[in-house]
This record gives sequence, C-alpha cells and structure tokens, in this order.
Amino acid sequence: MASALINVPAKAKRGEIIEIKTLMSHIMEPGYRRTADGKIVPRDIITSFTCRYNGVEIFRADLFPAIAANPFITFFTVATESGKFDFEWIGDRGFTETASASISVE
Amino acid sequence: MHKQDESTRRQFLGLAGSAAMLGAVPIVTLRPSEATPAMMAAAIRNVVGAAEVRTGKVKLDVPPLVENGNTVPMTVSVSNPMTPDDYVRSIHVFNEKNPQPNIGNFYLGPRAGRAQISTRIRLADSQKIVAIARLSDGSFWSVSVDVVVTLAACTEEVI
Repeated sequence: MASALINVPAKAKRGEIIEIKTLMSHIMEPGYRRTADGKIVPRDIITSFTCRYNGVEIFRADLFPAIAANPFITFFTVATESGKFDFEWIGDRGFTETASASISVE
Repeated sequence: MHKQDESTRRQFLGLAGSAAMLGAVPIVTLRPSEATPAMMAAAIRNVVGAAEVRTGKVKLDVPPLVENGNTVPMTVSVSNPMTPDDYVRSIHVFNEKNPQPNIGNFYLGPRAGRAQISTRIRLADSQKIVAIARLSDGSFWSVSVDVVVTLAACTEEVI
C-alpha cells in the first residue's frame, strides 16, 4: 500500500544544484503508544532511506520514531549527468520500497 | 477516519488530555519513558565520541511555537562550502524529551552541493533540539533551539 512521491526537476544545467523532495507514505508508529487496554502498539517505522544517482550513493538517512508519519525528506545534489535517481526505504517488519526518477542534464 | 464514538472520544480527551484514533482503535499516550537531557548527551557522545563540539555554522529552522507536535517542519543547513576537500559529512539531530533522544542522522557528501536537509519531526514536549554537523576535517559544529509545543505528539491523527 505504500507509495512514494518524488520531486526531481526533469531538466537541469550541468553543475546546477537541484533540490530533491521525497515523501513515502508510512504510519511511522513510534512504539511508545498504548491501546486503551494498556498494550504497547509495536514499533513500525522506516529506519533507513537512501538515494543513489546513477548507482552512486549521494544521500542516506537513519530515521527514528521522532520522524513524523509519512516521512518527508528533502536534500540537494549537483546535477552532474543525465540519468536516474534510485530511492530506497527500509523499515521494520520487512518493509522495503523503491522509487526512481530520471533527469536530463544539459 | 473519525468513526469513533463521541463519548469514548471525550472520555479519552478528558483522561489524559490526549487521545488518538488510529482506524478504530483508540490509543492513549503514555510518556513514562521520557528521554532526559542526560540521555541526549549520551546519544550525542555516541556520535561525536571524544571530539569537541563547537557552536556555530549550523542553522536549525524550526517554529519556536509548535501547535501540533505530530508534524513539525524542520530544516537544518550548514554554512560550509561543499567541495571535494571541504564538505559536510553528516548532520545529526537530537531532542531532549521525546521517548528517545535521536531524531535523525543524515549523511551527505561533496556531491550534495548545498548542506541542507528538511524533514518533519515529532515533538512530545516543549524542549530543546540540537543539530550537530560533522565536517570532512572531523570537526563538529552544533546549534540548539528551544521549542514550545502546545499539543504533544501522538495525540492526534496525522494526515
């Protein structure tokens, strides 16, 4: 059910600094809340996010329960060449999701 | 989403001053396992080791008064060039009073072009937030910001 929203400029000039925005739908259950009958709701979060640019890792993040639901992460990179960004989210209970976006650099 | 029976809802709001709904399961927040400033200091030590942490260079943008602790926009930027010889290696964000002291670790590199990240965080209480940047020369720079939270995290359903 998970789905990603990625915002990468479709075109960029070589050497331009571009902003990449990502959002992954996820509950990010912190694991500290209790139900009415006192049971702890088990933790279910995304723990790791990685972005690769043509196969090379350019950004990585460790996430903790203090990241809000539907983790929204933005960062910057230099547009060096045309190609593909690959995004990967890894989390509890075997959660893994990937997404990609392409860019053409002139 | 709000299929909850009104009286149950009121009951929970009255009880803890905080009730949350998740699907149809009512969830009450309990915060006995609050992190302490000492835990934050320990978490920071974990990252920086014995190195000295200097104040400066780092800018932490977070609203000073937060109405809803469930989703607080946060931007960390470091005023440092991003060249192959001199760049920001990572940014680490910590809190004082959430159940645990870490918020996130962000690993950049010279290819980032600009040392700036944004995300949305949760805050369980009014507290201090600390952002620490690690530069390529091994030095650490930090900034801390005090935030007032009027509605603690986990008390409302998030969009």
